[in-house]
Amino acid sequence: MNAVARHRLFWPAVTLAGLLLLNLVFTDHFFSVQMKDGHLYGSLVDIVRFGAPLILVATGMTLVIATGGIDLSVGSVVAISGALACLRISELGDQGSVGGVLAAVGVALALSLALGAWNGFLVAGAGIQPIIATLILMVAGRGLAQLVTDGQIITVNSAPYKLIGGGYWLTLPFGIVVVAAVLALTVFLTRRLALGLLIESVGGNAEASRLAGVRARGLIVTVYAFCALCAGVAGLMISSNVSSADGNNAGLWIELDAILAVVIGGTSLAGGRFSLGGTVLGALIIQTLTTTIYSIGVPPETTLLFKALVVTLVCLVQSPAFGRKAFHRRARPASPRPAPDEKVKVTA
Amino acid sequence: MLKRISALVLAGATALTLAACGGGAGPAAGGGDGALVMGFAQVGAESGWRTANTKSVQESAKSAGVELKFSDAQQKQENQIKAIRSYIQQKVDVIAFSPVVESGWDTVLKEAKDANIPVILTDRAVDSEDTSLYKTFLGSDFVEEGRKAGQWLVEEYKDAKDPVNIVELQGTTGSAPANDRKAGFAEVIAADPKFTVVASQSGDFTRAKGKEVMEAFLKSNPDIDVLYAHNDDMGLGAIEAIEGAGKVPGKDIKIITVDAVRDGMQALADGKINYIVECSPLLGPQLMDLAKKVVKGEQVPARVVTEETTFTQEQAKQALPTRQY
Repeated sequence: MNAVARHRLFWPAVTLAGLLLLNLVFTDHFFSVQMKDGHLYGSLVDIVRFGAPLILVATGMTLVIATGGIDLSVGSVVAISGALACLRISELGDQGSVGGVLAAVGVALALSLALGAWNGFLVAGAGIQPIIATLILMVAGRGLAQLVTDGQIITVNSAPYKLIGGGYWLTLPFGIVVVAAVLALTVFLTRRLALGLLIESVGGNAEASRLAGVRARGLIVTVYAFCALCAGVAGLMISSNVSSADGNNAGLWIELDAILAVVIGGTSLAGGRFSLGGTVLGALIIQTLTTTIYSIGVPPETTLLFKALVVTLVCLVQSPAFGRKAFHRRARPASPRPAPDEKVKVTA
Repeated sequence: MLKRISALVLAGATALTLAACGGGAGPAAGGGDGALVMGFAQVGAESGWRTANTKSVQESAKSAGVELKFSDAQQKQENQIKAIRSYIQQKVDVIAFSPVVESGWDTVLKEAKDANIPVILTDRAVDSEDTSLYKTFLGSDFVEEGRKAGQWLVEEYKDAKDPVNIVELQGTTGSAPANDRKAGFAEVIAADPKFTVVASQSGDFTRAKGKEVMEAFLKSNPDIDVLYAHNDDMGLGAIEAIEGAGKVPGKDIKIITVDAVRDGMQALADGKINYIVECSPLLGPQLMDLAKKVVKGEQVPARVVTEETTFTQEQAKQALPTRQY
């Protein structure tokens, strides 16, 4: 039992379960999943579907954070990627042509990769601190997205493009399939091959890893490029889901949600270790929280406060220092259980 | 803050373009014999609505024979104050501006008053105790927009006996249009107890959020009769959610929105939205009329509401081909 409780994914999992339990009590039919028009339909499906872009962005963010960096520009990349793809598709003679849509998607993803490589170059090549290096693109990128869309919302009407974020494949939302594929690939590359270890070693001490023969620079550029690519795919999903690109609002503040997801999942901001499973859990917690707010009807004026309370709680229960203090203080005066038992729990 | 900076980058580019255009148009406008000169300080170019607003002012100035001096404040109050000061120095006949923020205008407006230059506020109000600092405020009445939406609903369901379940997609929490559109709507439907707002959440005025919130509404409230969205974009997102749930927007769930931008009007003409209350950025012609009256010294009302209409599906089909934004 203690071993389970000490697992680093224990508290995130408890939080997620708690949120779902809250819905079980307050919302009717929350757990019902039906078939509708040949695809799955239900609140749980929604959580994964709307959470898919966040899971993607957070996956990329996890690796960047594991190298001791951070990427603030993902929100802007989301906007640029969606804007560029929609612009290209809107210029097509036949918006339903699969080739044209693939080309548009290819251009958008290529640009995302290039933007990520640029971030990586600034960090690894020019030695600029990651928070500053990516801040540049965070600020300029949204301006770029607005230039692409001309400050307007571009609406497209393309069935193939709609599939990416709003369509279904074998009854499953297509976005989930994409996320599963990217995750599987990432887990394979980082946990079955040595790549994950190398990333962690760069995050632990970049200079020492370089002296040990790890090509830290190339690795960092690759990781930032991968992060931007994930953001690019997320951008396609978000814009495809509503068949339009909004340069002003698409992906706004998603970088903060992504960082939060990574941190809730137990990855240290100092770098040097990471947990992809934890990140997925973290992203699901954030999306479940959002859906819960809509379902149980928290008034919009108090939404942010409610979110802040839950997140604070999650962070507190995960903090070892807080745990020790809280248990000591509460356990001594009014512990219903025998003291030795309590002590074992605390010191263990 | 960051959004503002990025808008600034864009606004900078726009300003350059505008400066280039102004250079070309200069001599023609200068040839006017004692034409009215108006200094207009715009907020920026942050949205399609604002772009249409700018265009309307520029075009109606041209057709009304008003020489327009235009400046773009790039969302900054100090830029706007600078622009107004320069208009005072150039001794323009009338100054019009959309205040970036509500407060902090007393000093510069007093300077304009001392120089005997009348000031007209457009689109947004200022928060000043001294109402003699400006002649009039021309802009939309958001509460009235909410009322119009409510009135259509009451009319539509006047024969219905069963309770009517309404869900509401609010704009950005705390913004004036969101507060006022909610209040006006609530005021009208409160008259009949059969109308109940079963769920009301913020969709941040965006399509993506509108869709996400509507998905949740559809699951937690099985019987939704009406959707009231504070702008077209959230309504457009919600339409996708409703279609995804296997329901027909406009039939199974009646939809009312506010704004009347092109995509919204298209959906209205297609029968997916039932009613749109217009919030028009095209206040240029009214502004020119007011400016002429003010300069002649005629009395004008302290509050002028933008001429706005409402659209049913039939009206949308007719209006769509000539829609400017």
